Amino acid sequence: MIFDPFVLPFTIGLLILICIVFYKFGGWIKKLSSEEKSKLKKGLFSKNLFKAIREVFYESLLHRKIFRVNPKLGYMHMSLAFGWFLLIVVGNIETRIHSGTKMNGPFYPIFFKFFEHHREAVPFNDFFVFIMDFLLLFVMTGVVLAIFKRVYSKFFGLKSTTKLKVGDKFALYSLWFIFPLRFMAESLSSAVFHTGGFFTGTTGNLLASFLPASEIYYYLWWAYSLALGMFFVSLPFSRYMHIPTEVLLIFLRNFGVNASKQFNSFSEIEVNACPRCGICIDKCQLNTSLDNKKVQPAYFLREVRFKQVKEETATDCLLCGRCEEYCPVGINLNNIRVAKRREFAVDYTDNYNYLPVEDVVKADVIYFAGCMTHLTPTIKHAMTKILDKAKVSYWFMDEDGSVCCGRPLMMSGKDKMAAALVENNKRKIQASGAKLFVTSCPICLKVFNEEYDLGIKVMHHSQYMLQLVKENRLKLKLSDKTIVYHDPCELGRGAGIYEEPRALLKRFNNVVPNEFEKENALCCGGSLGNTKLSHEQRNIIATEVVNQLTIDNPDLLATACPLCKKSFTYKSTVKVMDIAEIVAEAIPASSEMNVT
Amino acid sequence: MKFGYSITKDRQIDFDRNDKRIADYVREHEPSFKTCISCGSCSATCSAANFTDFSFRKIQLLVRRGETNEVKEEIKKCMLCGKCYLACPRGVNTRNVIIQINQAIEKIERHDI
Amino acid sequence: MNKKVIVIGGGIAGMESSAHLAALGYDVTLLEKTDKLGGHLLNWEKLFPTMRMGKEVVTFLNEGVEKGKVDVIYNADITKTSEENNGFSIILSNNKTLNADALLVTTGYDLFDASKKEEYGYGIYNNVITSAELEEKFLTGNKITTSDGKTPKRIGFVHCVGSRDEKVGNTYCSKVCCVTAVKQSIEIKEHLPDVEVYCFYMDLRMYGMHFEALYRESQEKWGVNFVRGRLSEACENMDGSILVKVEDTLAGKPMKMSVDLLVLMVGFEPSAGTKKIGNLLNLQFGVNRFFKTADQHTLTNVSNIKGIFFAGTCTGPKTITNTITDARAAASTIANYLSGHEIDNRVMTSDIKSSL
Repeated sequence: MIFDPFVLPFTIGLLILICIVFYKFGGWIKKLSSEEKSKLKKGLFSKNLFKAIREVFYESLLHRKIFRVNPKLGYMHMSLAFGWFLLIVVGNIETRIHSGTKMNGPFYPIFFKFFEHHREAVPFNDFFVFIMDFLLLFVMTGVVLAIFKRVYSKFFGLKSTTKLKVGDKFALYSLWFIFPLRFMAESLSSAVFHTGGFFTGTTGNLLASFLPASEIYYYLWWAYSLALGMFFVSLPFSRYMHIPTEVLLIFLRNFGVNASKQFNSFSEIEVNACPRCGICIDKCQLNTSLDNKKVQPAYFLREVRFKQVKEETATDCLLCGRCEEYCPVGINLNNIRVAKRREFAVDYTDNYNYLPVEDVVKADVIYFAGCMTHLTPTIKHAMTKILDKAKVSYWFMDEDGSVCCGRPLMMSGKDKMAAALVENNKRKIQASGAKLFVTSCPICLKVFNEEYDLGIKVMHHSQYMLQLVKENRLKLKLSDKTIVYHDPCELGRGAGIYEEPRALLKRFNNVVPNEFEKENALCCGGSLGNTKLSHEQRNIIATEVVNQLTIDNPDLLATACPLCKKSFTYKSTVKVMDIAEIVAEAIPASSEMNVT
Repeated sequence: MKFGYSITKDRQIDFDRNDKRIADYVREHEPSFKTCISCGSCSATCSAANFTDFSFRKIQLLVRRGETNEVKEEIKKCMLCGKCYLACPRGVNTRNVIIQINQAIEKIERHDI
Repeated sequence: MNKKVIVIGGGIAGMESSAHLAALGYDVTLLEKTDKLGGHLLNWEKLFPTMRMGKEVVTFLNEGVEKGKVDVIYNADITKTSEENNGFSIILSNNKTLNADALLVTTGYDLFDASKKEEYGYGIYNNVITSAELEEKFLTGNKITTSDGKTPKRIGFVHCVGSRDEKVGNTYCSKVCCVTAVKQSIEIKEHLPDVEVYCFYMDLRMYGMHFEALYRESQEKWGVNFVRGRLSEACENMDGSILVKVEDTLAGKPMKMSVDLLVLMVGFEPSAGTKKIGNLLNLQFGVNRFFKTADQHTLTNVSNIKGIFFAGTCTGPKTITNTITDARAAASTIANYLSGHEIDNRVMTSDIKSSL
């Protein structure tokens, strides 16, 4: 077999890498629940396997999600990943064609230009020489951009790059050296043996004009092999573990395995799949408004991975979901954040025994205002007016004061306490026999939908009002006011409800678009998910968001969440109204003409 | 001359002797705690206070004075709903005060502080 | 040639400073955006702490303006300003141009818009009114009734609405509302001796001369009740009366109480005129959004621009007494500036610029 000692660093490194990765994968898969394991087994023999392979191609190689954030950033990641992938694949095809049935070591395609000097007899030789050179050039552009990004990230639309620790830096620098060294080695080899193409051949000749190519080319191959070896060995302990782990994650997700509330093996896999690309840092308002660059997922997940989670990192997060929305790996970031909060939370049982067993009112529909809505009574008032006008038989469940829905406790990791509140509310709701549960608070909506398991339909008040309008139970006056609608975090990214509130408003107003809407909406800063922010910090966030939303001077700023309304009211020169208020105002007096 | 015990219970707040560790812990971890003026907006709006004798204002005051015996059981009644934060005119980060009081109590019981 | 001064804002500060400047021999033009002089004082019936009639003060100030032959321009809408040759030029919307050697800004205050503090129900429930609306009832001699015409049996006053409130963004104290609440409580009792009055306060600021005496009188003679505790929310009962939720901090318990009428003591905010004129003239605003004076102790009528001066509530909440005094102080400061005495040009050991 063809061999030279310089291939040892590469080969040994590769072997070590494969062993460590398989060991880790084995451990994670073993720790999956039996249900998850059976999903994995079934999935491998289903058509979801092809879906998974396709997703690996689109995301791990082409990095489509990153292109969506910024095209230059996407190109950079793609050229490195896809380019390297193609170099390996095409290189293997090239050597296979060349060698026929002869067995070669795994290093042979990597160092082909060192070993093989006589290539003219190889079929398609010119094509392969060209394509390998082209791919090398392709990857080199990525390397250049990657180095440039460290120095001037704004070019890629990122305000800052991830701050790296020593381990990551070691891996990063060895990665950066790999392709330039390959380029140098192949060029110098080409100068001596004429094996190069348009890129390596030309460079080789240029270098030979002032360097003793035949004496030094061997050392460059050593250096190339060492760079590869060092990268492979450091990979499993650095952020580049994401390369194999992301693939595993994509397969598991396509087979139906997903995050659960607890921090389990799947979460461990997610944590290791984080490439620390830094997109989450850029999208996080704690960074852009408050200059806090310590708590974003890129850093938080690192703390989780190395089991050094600080309480501050776990709790100082709005849970707004912007990072999750743009994460190219699709990690369930909020889930992991809350899971870790449980470790710091002081949780009790039997502390809500004071909650009364109350009289229940029988009705078709329950209206639950939520704790916060009591401090924005215009919303309560508007809802009762609307429900009365539409002649809905409803029970205003928390008219005299709410038993909290339990979500604020859950967001702080206090699940046992939340369970007691859930039980109290659930009992009342089920005893009332209502078929529909309507709430005007998106925070409540999320928990009533996801945790309560009520068995009846749960709707946000904007969805219900739209339904009433569609059923002709509500007629509204037309108006030509321009409205900017703000998507609350919990309703938009949290529950996927973007269109219905807009559809409702568009029926009788002029809704205008805004840069920060739908999935790109900003958080008002009032989030109950963060217990660390001071009110001055929340004011800064709210003011910046209001300025963005009212940048085109609309007549009204519409919200669908009482916390958002409270956050914006005192900072906005434009009037802030909840959707319910806008609808209530548009209800014509009985003498007026109806239109919609 | 003090004999070290008294037959009748001291009905006053004995400020010098009271345990102010919880207050110190909270002051360190949530500085906005210092700006409370006991106006009562928080307890007036409290969700739990609708159903039981829970007063966040009172708890803050007792913690400050070191009268912490009642605090341990009372503090568990909070639902963390956040209305108090919205009502507070001084901008005290009320929910974090509750969380820090809880943590301080745990740490004192574990002899960590 | 007499030097010219333009006074912007025809409230009580503008009126008294015009009168004094005219008396000192300057040509004074007073610009007022409405068709009357007197500003907010026109809407006030009796003044604390003596309960004298506000219109007496208006008459006194008007006489000053007339005696000084001040040129008053009503319905004045300023569109442009410019600085030139050590003086100023002001252009009104009717294209009239006025020149002056010095400007005095007396744009006053606006009351906090209580509908923004929606937890208190203003604009939602009919029986929630502001202190200004109550005063209007006194002024017009209308009977004090609930929204459906009945005589109230219990009236509540809420202190600090829109003041001392981080959530609203006005963290300062508006100074006058506490004693006004006491005054209005007494007036209510004068109108309706059988009504119960409750004042919900955080602190009672009775700092001025006779304020404490008025407070004592309200308790002793009129039986006004005071509850130390801040309102969190107000709701409406079935019969339209207002249910207030307050913490009785001294009793240590939350309290709910029905009142037939709820009066909100709304605080001061920098007026829209203050903002507009400030932007036109490039004046500096302080941290509370009122105008920033050159020094909090020694130069309270001086702005950051040479030749432009302040008087009255545009620099911060003040009582009527203090406003009139401030107006006269401004006149004196302007006089010394215009006659070149430079008495205010004195060395201070610390930075002369105030930080607030």
